[in-house]
Amino acid sequence: MRRHTSVAQALLIGIVALAAIVAVDGALHVLLAQNPFGGPRPAKAPEPQVGGIVGWLLAKQSEFYREMSATIRAAKSDGSAVWTLLAISFAYGIFHAAGPGHGKAVISSYLVANHETARRGIVLSFASAMLQALVAVLIVGICAWLLNATAKTMCGAEKAIEIASYALIAAFGARLVWTKGGGFMRALQAKPVPAMATATAAAGHHHNHGHDHHHHDHHHEHHQHAHAHADAHAHGHAHAHAHADAHSHADGHVHDEHCGHSHGPTPDQLAGPGGWQRGLGAIFAVGLRPCSGAILVLVFALAQGLFWAGIAATFVMGLGTAITVATIAIVAVSARGLAERLSAGREGGGALIMRGIEFGAAGLVLLFGLGLLFGYLAAERVTCL
Amino acid sequence: MRVLFGFLGLIVVSLLGAAPAQAHPHVWITAKSEVVYAPDGSISGVRHAWTFDDMFSTYALQGIETKTKGVYSREELAPLAQTNIESLKEFGYFTFARADGKKERFLEPVDYYLEFKNDALTLHFMLPAKTPFKARQAALEVFDPAYFIDFKFEEKDPIKLVGAPADCKLQFQRPNDGTANAQRLNENNFMNGDNSNYGAMYANKILVDCP
Repeated sequence: MRRHTSVAQALLIGIVALAAIVAVDGALHVLLAQNPFGGPRPAKAPEPQVGGIVGWLLAKQSEFYREMSATIRAAKSDGSAVWTLLAISFAYGIFHAAGPGHGKAVISSYLVANHETARRGIVLSFASAMLQALVAVLIVGICAWLLNATAKTMCGAEKAIEIASYALIAAFGARLVWTKGGGFMRALQAKPVPAMATATAAAGHHHNHGHDHHHHDHHHEHHQHAHAHADAHAHGHAHAHAHADAHSHADGHVHDEHCGHSHGPTPDQLAGPGGWQRGLGAIFAVGLRPCSGAILVLVFALAQGLFWAGIAATFVMGLGTAITVATIAIVAVSARGLAERLSAGREGGGALIMRGIEFGAAGLVLLFGLGLLFGYLAAERVTCL
Repeated sequence: MRVLFGFLGLIVVSLLGAAPAQAHPHVWITAKSEVVYAPDGSISGVRHAWTFDDMFSTYALQGIETKTKGVYSREELAPLAQTNIESLKEFGYFTFARADGKKERFLEPVDYYLEFKNDALTLHFMLPAKTPFKARQAALEVFDPAYFIDFKFEEKDPIKLVGAPADCKLQFQRPNDGTANAQRLNENNFMNGDNSNYGAMYANKILVDCP
């Protein structure tokens, strides 16, 4: 039976990956490909103009971005212009993240798939945005400042990091699909399980843990490397969940072998082994790829002899981005909560719906990773001209 | 089940539909172009002069060694020009031509060089037509479909016809001057997935009518 399930899980991942490639290929290539000769648009199609909120957002972004170079130049002679620069960067960060990009999508999907708390969503948003800023500073700091490399070299580094981050998203998604696929399959197979029919959020959770552990026990013997890896993660999750429970109940007395006993939700606890390891994958998957805008600003500031101001602007930009992403993450978590309440009243089917949503969200992360990796989903272009 | 599919559907639609919406320009180009005619009256190519914005110019010049600080000769900029031209190939040089509705292709650029003046880099290049073409109406669009680059044509003499037959008439439409874009886009049709050519909204259109 166990062996059976793991084979089915592997199949499921395969199917999802295949479906992702086919669907993404069919739909997105047509939609988003950069056709060098003007695309499939009919010759006489009416050409629309950007209006409304989206157009306004775009206009604002461009406005803030264009003001940055002038402000950095001004800061050379007038120190107070740095404050203007920081204000513009902050606003730019907020607006820049408002358009749906892959970072927000991956974080939101992950939160939904893994039944994370809003608090965790906020922490992830800020951590990934700060990592993103740090990577931009490191690229420019090492390539341009230390090595005085050319833009071509820098863009090569950016491209390599970009590919790595997309591969990471895909791997992260595959791992989620693996764990969540199991839960979904079991919910499908065992529809009217009494324990599940009355499942509250927490109970559903513990149910999952048990299964994750079972996998851990059984897969090692039959399967290769990749599986063992995924299982190790699932194991980690189990601990982490116990941890989260401790967070939500202030009087929590959940013990696990990593943290010993749980205290209240203090920051150092979030950084503890059980706290970070859970979201680390998401943070790296999302935060590794720097924003092209940040790179340009940093190089420009460096050339003006104000590298420090560029670094400050980059981190403030990240702060703005984090606020927007965190807001979107909270919406995603609330939406999941709503779906949970709606489905809670149903017999058995409620659990099935929730496992299905988790599985679907996990599939989305995989889909994003693959789509970005193979160029079907257009992300912001790397500055290579 | 309905909840499930509704929920997932919502995510997919919101993410896919709006994916290109995040695009906003990081590079600004002020362009000046010439449509070059062969003696027989056919269009033999397009000559561009693209001036990059302050920030991108600085970025592109990063790490380039010069004899005199702040002064870049054509020779010192030659490797960078080479890189630019090679990179632009992937994007079809952002130049899209049609002769009476039929797509025309371009060969790789010739006579390309970079020039540094007033803190800005200008890339000059000639884009030869694969086969010189004659057309009652030749349409030329310059834009970035992904809108990473914003193309704006010079205020003064944006387009020139070089060696064109005397009866040819030039029309130039900027992205925002309303003549080309009678219909405004509202959020609905922005989100309906028809974003195949997002940047086309920002296209500069050059029309040459030769009766």
